[in-house]
Amino acid sequence: MATVQPTPTSFWNDTGKTGITSWIFSTDHKRIGLLYFYSTFGFFLVGVLLGLLLRIELMAPGRTIMGPATYNATFTVHGVVMIFLFIIPGMPGAFGNLVMPIQIGARDVAFPRLNLFSWWLYAIGAVIVLTSLFTGGGPPDTGWTFYVPFSARTGTNVSLAVLGVFVIGFSSILTGINFVTTIHRLRAEGMTWGRLPLFVWSIYATAWVQVLATPILGITLVLIMAERILGAGLFDPGRGGDPVMYQHLFWIYSHPAVYIMILPAMGVISDVIPVFARKPIFGYKMIAFSSLAIAAAGSLVWGHHMYTSGMSDTAILVFSFLTFVVAIPSAIKVFNWVSTLYKGSISLEAPMLFALSFILLFSIGGLTGLILGAAATDIHVHDTHFVVGHFHYVMFGGAGFAFFSAMHYWLPKFYGRKYAEKPAVIAWAFMFTGFNILYFSMMVLGLKGMPRRYYDYLPEFAPLNLVSTIGSWILAVGLIIMLVNLFRGLFWGEPVGSNPWGGATLEWSIPTPPPTENFDQEPVVTHGPYDFTKAGVP
Amino acid sequence: MTHETTAHHIVSYKKLVMVWLGLLSLTGLTVWVAHHNVGIGHVWGSLAIACIKSGLVIAFFMHMKYEGRLLRWFLLLALAIVAIFIGFTFFDVLYR
Ligand code: HEM
Ligand SMILES: [Cu+2]
Repeated sequence: MATVQPTPTSFWNDTGKTGITSWIFSTDHKRIGLLYFYSTFGFFLVGVLLGLLLRIELMAPGRTIMGPATYNATFTVHGVVMIFLFIIPGMPGAFGNLVMPIQIGARDVAFPRLNLFSWWLYAIGAVIVLTSLFTGGGPPDTGWTFYVPFSARTGTNVSLAVLGVFVIGFSSILTGINFVTTIHRLRAEGMTWGRLPLFVWSIYATAWVQVLATPILGITLVLIMAERILGAGLFDPGRGGDPVMYQHLFWIYSHPAVYIMILPAMGVISDVIPVFARKPIFGYKMIAFSSLAIAAAGSLVWGHHMYTSGMSDTAILVFSFLTFVVAIPSAIKVFNWVSTLYKGSISLEAPMLFALSFILLFSIGGLTGLILGAAATDIHVHDTHFVVGHFHYVMFGGAGFAFFSAMHYWLPKFYGRKYAEKPAVIAWAFMFTGFNILYFSMMVLGLKGMPRRYYDYLPEFAPLNLVSTIGSWILAVGLIIMLVNLFRGLFWGEPVGSNPWGGATLEWSIPTPPPTENFDQEPVVTHGPYDFTKAGVP
Repeated sequence: MTHETTAHHIVSYKKLVMVWLGLLSLTGLTVWVAHHNVGIGHVWGSLAIACIKSGLVIAFFMHMKYEGRLLRWFLLLALAIVAIFIGFTFFDVLYR
């Protein structure tokens, strides 16, 4: 029968309904991905505002805009929002959902309703965290790490904030289960493990960490509540408890959690670089394997946060050694990305600029991490601004910049329209410059001895603190340009075709924006993810 | 795609009540151990009882006795991971 194939309706207007309920009750992975995108990115902006306020307070010695109690609450909420509401759920929730099922040739994830439930748990948890700011004793002031004994005693509303994070943890576990199952069971014909895009590999490794490590966070948070509400004395040495045990429990989750943040980011970079260097990725197998190696080895290094806690010397030795071991798979990735660039015909568009700066910033973050991983040096810089600089390089310069790269690379696919290139590059330049001024000064301040988590400091630290704060404004200007340009482009910009970048992975083979079921018939995969010639892209 | 067909096994009330009574008596035993000075046996005894109890709950209340092999492997994997995590804290606790 010769029927004319109608162009399948895009997922934006398939139901004919446009109200909010067509989104918050949708089981379409693309809609859920966008829900995650807007909610996590919204919290990122909240976190940025709080971060800018912190920097204004630190602009000059003494009280500038807030006192010590407010400062404590502000950095705590900044940390909690950035970690638990933005960066951990952000990349798997938003881009894992949007892109991963299409990249493996599936119509949706394995459990679409569970997927929606995950987002709801995230949303409920977020509301609980927000409620904790305005009820009880006010916003928590413990730092995002909720260390005992302070978290067991402080009068601020720690219990509710912890409950919120607990609920968000379940969201993360369910997403992990869903993605592991999806990648095992729903790959299209011909999509062998050796043909999985590296973003899928990284999401796969991440999903395992989410499933296996997050329950420990749940237990830890329950124990804080047991301590606060029942006075259980688990961490109180006076009653046979052990305060250091809290730190173990917390970091057993929270170190692997940094891999939940960085692994998907590495996946984005591994997908972006070959496309914009017009070359197949160098060392596909090693990149895929190193994701798994990072997930496994990275689960056994948590003690490097505890060198000054009174932990035994034997443990310090073991954890320090293992920390150096994890550096190897991370370095493998960096070498492979750089080798991919070598002799490629590089095109410096916005996604690529963010990806390239990821390599630099992540390397700085990773190498300063080795300074912290070696006990001998860590003892000197522990709890100083050196640490603050280091983890912003990893989480913001690394995971954050990869998120921006993914926004420029993939969002046009889902909106069918694209931002303007020139403002995107200008925004990137502002952000990259501002970022380094902001955080490099912090690392230098830390080396000079400025501790973290204080609203005030000695006068000798004043000049660099001013520099750092100015850096934060440059960064903010870049962010604003990026936001305005990106969203104006997505809604009113130039329409894009199905494959604007010339990618060879499956998402570029379907219409833009993708139809509800992604593929009108199940695709048969015949080539690798970076095989541009076979994919027929120039 | 093959489907491992696991018939829905229904555990009889009698069995469930027996397991429940078993759990209760083990709880009683834990209390007894806590009130009597049995030296180091105190910790190991309580841990052993706790293991038996969770074994019962997992096998009967959580149905693991009647589930397919895949789920059992997953349980084992999760237990192994917990054991590794706890094991590693002993690098600290044992050598302080
Ligand atoms: C414009 C952007 C940002 C600025 C200006 C900023 C600034 C700051 C400052 C000044 C501190 C506290 C320093 C102190 O200890 O006194 C801090 C802490 C922190 N920041 Fe940021 N930050 C920004 C973005 C981010 C991002 C994107 C993330 C994560 C993805 C992040 C995660 C954290 C965490 C986890 C802490 C530690 C909170 C604690 O000590 O409990 N920040 N930030
Ligand atoms: Cu760590």
